[in-house]
Amino acid sequence: MHRFLKRDSRYNKMKVNTIIFTLVISVFFNLNIFADEHLSNSEKDIKTEIKETISHHLQDSHDFVLTHGLSFPLPVILYTDGNLDIFSSANFHHGTTPYEVDGRVYSLDHGHIIEASGLHPIDFSITKNVTFIFIVFLMMMFMFIRMAKSYKKNSLPTGMGRLLEPIVLYIRDDIAIPNIGEKHYKKYMSYLLTVFFFIWIINLFGLTPLGVNVTNNIAVTLSLALITYVLTTVTANKSYWGHIFWMPGVPTPMKLLLAPIELFGTIIKPFSLMIRLYANITAGHIVLMSILGLIFIFKGWIGSSLSFGLAFALSLLELLVAALQAYIFTMLSALYFGSAVEEHDDH
Amino acid sequence: MEIPAIVGAGLVVIGAGIGIGRIGGSAMDAIARQPEATGKIQTAMLIAAALIEGIGFAALFAV
Amino acid sequence: MDKLINDFSVGLFFWQSLLFIALILLLKKFAWGPILSAVEDREEGIKDALEAAEKAKEEMQNLTADNERILAEARIERDALLKEAREIKEEIVNDAKKLASTEADKILLLAKEKINNEKMKAITELKNQVAEMSIDIAEKILKSELSDKNKQNELVAKALKINELN
Repeated sequence: MHRFLKRDSRYNKMKVNTIIFTLVISVFFNLNIFADEHLSNSEKDIKTEIKETISHHLQDSHDFVLTHGLSFPLPVILYTDGNLDIFSSANFHHGTTPYEVDGRVYSLDHGHIIEASGLHPIDFSITKNVTFIFIVFLMMMFMFIRMAKSYKKNSLPTGMGRLLEPIVLYIRDDIAIPNIGEKHYKKYMSYLLTVFFFIWIINLFGLTPLGVNVTNNIAVTLSLALITYVLTTVTANKSYWGHIFWMPGVPTPMKLLLAPIELFGTIIKPFSLMIRLYANITAGHIVLMSILGLIFIFKGWIGSSLSFGLAFALSLLELLVAALQAYIFTMLSALYFGSAVEEHDDH
Repeated sequence: MEIPAIVGAGLVVIGAGIGIGRIGGSAMDAIARQPEATGKIQTAMLIAAALIEGIGFAALFAV
Repeated sequence: MDKLINDFSVGLFFWQSLLFIALILLLKKFAWGPILSAVEDREEGIKDALEAAEKAKEEMQNLTADNERILAEARIERDALLKEAREIKEEIVNDAKKLASTEADKILLLAKEKINNEKMKAITELKNQVAEMSIDIAEKILKSELSDKNKQNELVAKALKINELN
């Protein structure tokens, strides 16, 4: 037992060191990316340019730019007027040239694909964000299936499992069980664990210099919130609906008044989940990028080093936010599930 | 004279800020009073803060 | 709000939903299920082990209590046995003493009786001898006394005198 604890503390120290090291590297490279991306053109006003860079950074794109000049084209999948068109985004030459498939002429306009003759293509392309969702998908599959396999040989976690198991147990013991209850928590565990690790990992990817921001897309957070909403609604028991449409213990006119408010509340809950995650990550990125942009406005060494220090501090904060938002999303989802399966025997 | 929407959003953000500040302050008081309940207080604080934050963001995006 | 709706990408929503739901289902089957059940098994095992240890401890305590009880009983029994032995010893000694004293008394009595008998015998013998001797002496004296007439008369007179006096 004693030996186990000792090993554990050494392990924790190692973990903290690794995190700090990664963060310092990350800030340095973020800065490099920033410098590489767009600021080569000195004719424009520098402030406008920074603004453009930030908005460009926040946008999804059809090719994956690693650094200036080194980019990978990604497949474009379009559903236009009953036709499925699949081609490489390399054909756009970074948005400079249109591309024609079977008489439909597509061109890239500020990251959006438009059709020349006025048709509205639905864009199912494997964009940069989709690529990263897929990478996180593979990463999580690899990590957790390996972790699951390690339990077959040994009842104690090994390798990556030593880091992940406490988190899994935390989600079970401190998020799922207190909020959902001992009786029902099991059926939600898969979702809670998946959503926590997914948001956390994808938020951490957003902090890397790869320039991805998956969770600052409203489509992503809507999808996540919608799953929480659907799960809540599908698994809700009679008592949950009873409390929405016919609140027990209040006079009838109040019941009539409360029903639409409560019903609206069920939609507000996932809506706030969606907005919260989206806004936190977006705000974090905008602020971080703006502070990095200050370096190019100040140009002097005092201002630049101040901005750099501030950006570093903010990166630390964003590291916290990345985990915190994953935690809050999971926590609130658990809370909503808990309200859906709660059995009211009082009242 | 018409008041621009962003002013309303600003007011909401001020309100949300005060609210989150109060939650944080109260949580600190509670932790000082009962250090053994720190975990529970932090969880409750985060949830309450997240709910207020949601209102703040909703106001910002409504503009 | 308009910005949000404009930014909404159907493709991203589609891929996110598809991949995420697939991720939940795949991980549920291949990762979360095995992980959670392994962790639960382990916790169950730890709980069982702890319970077993607790039980063993309790049993141990019971055993110690039993041992102590048995020891105390043994001590009591030993004490009782010792006491009994002591009593028996005393009894035997007493009996022996009593027996010895009665035996001694008997012997003494017999000895006394014997002594008495012997004494009586001796006395009787002595008496007989004295009587014989007295008769002999008397005979001799009488013989010598009654050899002449004077002396015979004197004796008769003397005897008569004694009778008179009486």
